[in-house]
Formats: sequence, C-alpha cells, structure tokens
Amino acid sequence: MVDVRYDLAFKLYPYARVAAQDMPMQRLPVVVVGGGPIGMATALDLGRKGTPVLVLDDHEGVGQGSRAICFSKRTLEIADRLGAGQAMLDKGVVWNVGKVFHGPDRVFEFNLQPEAGHKMPAFINLQQPHFEKFLVDEIRVAQAQGAPIEIRGQNAVTGVAPQDDCVVLDVSTPEGPYQIAADWVVACDGARSPLRNMLGLSFDGRVFEDNFLIADVKMTAAFPTERWFWFEPPFKGSGQSALLHKQPDDIWRIDFQLGWNIDRQVELDPTRIGERVDAMLGEGAEYELAWTSIYTFQCRRMKEFRHGRVIFAGDSAHQVSPFGARGANSGIQDADNLAWKLDFIVKGLAPESLLDSYSAERAHGADENILNSTRATDFLTPKSDMSKIFRNAVLDLARQHEFARPMVNSGRLSVPCVYDGMPLNGPDELDGPDITRVGAPCIDAPLDRGYLLDRLPGQFTVLAFNCAVPEIDAVEGVPLTHVALRMTEHDPTGALAQRYLGTQPRALYLIRPDQHVAARWPDTDIDALAAAVKTAIGKGA
Amino acid sequence: MTLNLTPNIPDPDGFYDALLAAHEGLEKEQSDAFNARLILVLCNHIGDRDVLRQALEAAKAP
Repeated sequence: MVDVRYDLAFKLYPYARVAAQDMPMQRLPVVVVGGGPIGMATALDLGRKGTPVLVLDDHEGVGQGSRAICFSKRTLEIADRLGAGQAMLDKGVVWNVGKVFHGPDRVFEFNLQPEAGHKMPAFINLQQPHFEKFLVDEIRVAQAQGAPIEIRGQNAVTGVAPQDDCVVLDVSTPEGPYQIAADWVVACDGARSPLRNMLGLSFDGRVFEDNFLIADVKMTAAFPTERWFWFEPPFKGSGQSALLHKQPDDIWRIDFQLGWNIDRQVELDPTRIGERVDAMLGEGAEYELAWTSIYTFQCRRMKEFRHGRVIFAGDSAHQVSPFGARGANSGIQDADNLAWKLDFIVKGLAPESLLDSYSAERAHGADENILNSTRATDFLTPKSDMSKIFRNAVLDLARQHEFARPMVNSGRLSVPCVYDGMPLNGPDELDGPDITRVGAPCIDAPLDRGYLLDRLPGQFTVLAFNCAVPEIDAVEGVPLTHVALRMTEHDPTGALAQRYLGTQPRALYLIRPDQHVAARWPDTDIDALAAAVKTAIGKGA
Repeated sequence: MTLNLTPNIPDPDGFYDALLAAHEGLEKEQSDAFNARLILVLCNHIGDRDVLRQALEAAKAP
C-alpha cells in the first residue's frame, strides 16, 4: 500500500507495474527519491548528460497548492539550461514594483527594474505545480530524445540500507514491495524527509513560533501586478503582516501572519478566511478561494548533505522561512551543483570525494539563505519590545527618508551564492570584476547572437575573451568546450566587457558545468588551465 | 577611523538642553520611538561600520 497524502494538480506518472518488480534486485547507478522540483531537475540534468537515473515518487504526479510561487533569475537560467526555462517564462508573471505599507499608510515603493542585458527577468511568479509540470514535460522530451530517465509513480521508499558499495531501498507499491540497489541515492523527499529519518540523521535549527495563513484567491480584480506588503495591516483580523502578490491565471496569493496561539481548524474554516479576505480586498470584491493552507516554519539544516552514498538536496537538507523565496530556488541550485558531480563519478571521471564539495558548497549556500531569512523574520516579527521599537522607527523614517528604506526587510529576494574559498576553486589571477570572481555563477550578457549563458550548456568550458583558445580538448578525460569571444565582434552592448573584463584587455575563464567560475587568468596558459580542471573535479593536489 | 570619545559638541549645556526639550511632553512610548529614530538617523550619518562597532562597544555598561 502507498498512502495518498495530498491531491494532485496534474497526474503525470500513473503507477504502472515494471519488470523489475518480478525480477532479482535491479542495480542502478542513481535513484532519486522524491519527484518534486529538486528531484525532477536533478533527474533531467543527469539524464541529459547520459547518466541513467530512476525517480521514485510516492504519488502519481504533482501535488495541488501553489506553495512556492517566486522563482528567481538563477533558477530560470538553470531551468533554461535544462530546456524548461522558456515555458516557465511564458506562463509566469513578471513583476518589478513592490509597495510597503505600515498600517493604512504607504511607507514607500520600490522598483526592482532589472539590469539590462540578461535573458531572464529578476523574478517570475508561478505556482509550484506549473513549475514542476514544466520540468516533467521536459523530461518527456528528453526521454523521447533518448535520455535514460525513468519515473515510477506510487513507488514509496519504506526502507534504506546503506552497504559498502551500494544502497538497498525497500520500495512499496500498490501491488506489493520490491527492492532496488543503487550506487547513489539522491534524497529529494522534502522537509520531513523520510529517508533522513530512516537514517536517524539530525536536522537542527531554530523554530519560529508563528503561523501563516495562505489564501490563494481567483479574481479578475484591477490590482496592479505588484507585490504589496503590510506591516501591522489595518484590515480586521489580518495579524501582524500581510502580503498580496499576483500569480498566473488571475490567482492572487494572500498571506496573513496569524501569530502562535491559534486554532488551525477554526482558522481554516472558509467562512472565516472569507472574512479576512473581504476585510483586505474591500466590500464587494468578487473572488473564489482557490487554495488555502496554514504553515509554520523552521530555519535549519543538516550538518552534512552527503552521508556515504545518500545525498540530500532541497528541503530535505535545509529549510528556511518563506520570506525571500529561498526554498525552492536554493534547492534548484543544489540540483545544479550535484548533477554534474554525480555524472562525473558515475562515468569514472572524478573521485567519489567530489561529492564532499557538493556538501561544502551547498551548506555554504544554505547558511547564507538561513541568515537572510532569519533576519527578515526578526524584522517581520520583532522578538522584544525594543526590537519592535526599532522596527517601527525604521518604518516611520522610511516614509520621508531614503536612508531607512534599505533597512526595511520584508524578505531579501533570493540571489545565487558565490562559492568563495571553496576547495574546487582554482586561481583568480585576473584583476577583473568582482561579480564574476572565482566561485561566482556566470553573469549573463547579450552577445551579437543570443546570450552568453546559451553558450554554456553544461560542460566544462574555456571562455576566452580577446585571447587565444588554448589547444587542449580534454583534461583527465574531461572534455573541454571552447568559446572564444572578441569584444569587437560579440559584445554589442558593452555588457560582456563590463562583466568579464572590467579594465583588463583580455581574460581566460574556466567555467564549471553548473556555470560557476572555476578559475580565471589575464591570458592563455595551458598548464594552469589543466591544473585548474583537475582541482575543479576533485583531483587537485 | 577611530570613534571620537573626546568632547566634540560646542556648547554642551545647550545641546543637552535641546535633547531634553525634544522629549518634553512625550509619553514614555513616544520618547522610546523618538530615541530609536534619533539613533538610526545618527548611525546612518556616521555610516562607517567600524566606527559604529566601536560606538556599540562604548555604549555598553562599563
């Protein structure tokens, strides 16, 4: 038996009996447990690279409920590398303007007018089920092109037994149990991760004593496509803060901060939710409730994201408050970081220890996200009288004085982390721009045709700006792609030079498959390049 | 930069008077809010994180 824990928005992979259920235990290189956004992104990336991957999901498709709604530029860039970015962009709502209110008064307004010269916008709003479906749609495309990806619905993992050379999984299905042996297991099974619990691993951090009510309402209102945030909202019963944000299909996300001591059943009564929404939207607003939920949150992470042959990614490894859209967005960066490393290990191109760099780099990212999200939470929910006095002083001053506005924190929106000082980093010998330093994700820029990131589709790439491409096609069996760009020809706006050269006349960059900068130099140097590739695949001295 | 902890305000009595006058007639809650705003305005004027760190240190009870 497999329990059904939630209703589906899209039934995408109905249970079907497979031959493996009637045969001796199958041995597979990679099994992904959990078919959410992180699991599917990991599988798509691995499959596109040619590494066989099986996804086990205990449901038959994508769960209902908008949940994550704000997807960042870096997430869209990663999805674009995987082939699913355009569909997300076409469906998503692009927004730039945010308004902050304190009580009935508007404190100030901001415009996240994106920097020009990027293929992807700073953010889109898109309900999580659509995001997940676009990934599965792309998996179907990849499968049709021969990518070795398999998804098994209603296959619940009920046991995990790590061995020296593999991990044995007990899998439960509607037609009884079977076992699978996997060289590597990627646990993308969410914040309550059954795998983490079965392995008895800790998940420590800070619990925030607060409840948030989400009401997604469908209405054809004349509200602009903006993010409206209230501190101490003036409408009756709305709690300490409230948020109004647009999603596709005329759906609006409304969030009410209810406090700690509430009766969940009472608060989830549609009549009661209706009263709150009426008070916010005003008399006579016509809408229907599309989805409601009450959530609490924690900020916590596992100590290590790798435990032998089991690797944790997304919410199973780290959990943050929703302020700042750092949950799903950071999980997608986990997938981006992990897939190429696993691929190299399965293909015998890198030592297994390369996976420790996944844990180090993504734990660094998780710490950054937890720090940001904790600070936002402390601003939203002052924990002492004095912190409330300062919070309100900031809001009061922000109405008149520009200086106080950057201190107003209703969530710092997700930006990708830079892997500063991490073991895979090579030399940074270029006196170049800080934004493209070693460890940073490549910043997009328009070329004469298309965009820079289109040229970095997931292999190690040597990017030569105004200099000769070194004549070397592979290092230790790892193939190198070459991209040579001359600013006189390929940089119509000057953004490329500004972002990669600064004041320097030329530069050579080594880019990892996840588009992070591995090393950079002021000129071509084959020996240094080869050494940097070795370092970046975990074979450094 | 080093935090200036030597006398720096001309007419200290006059300034002290102005500080108290600003609080005159305020309830405790309003005075607390005023102080918080004043601190934020001054900190922003200083700006230098190192000086601010020294100031936070200097303000701690001896």
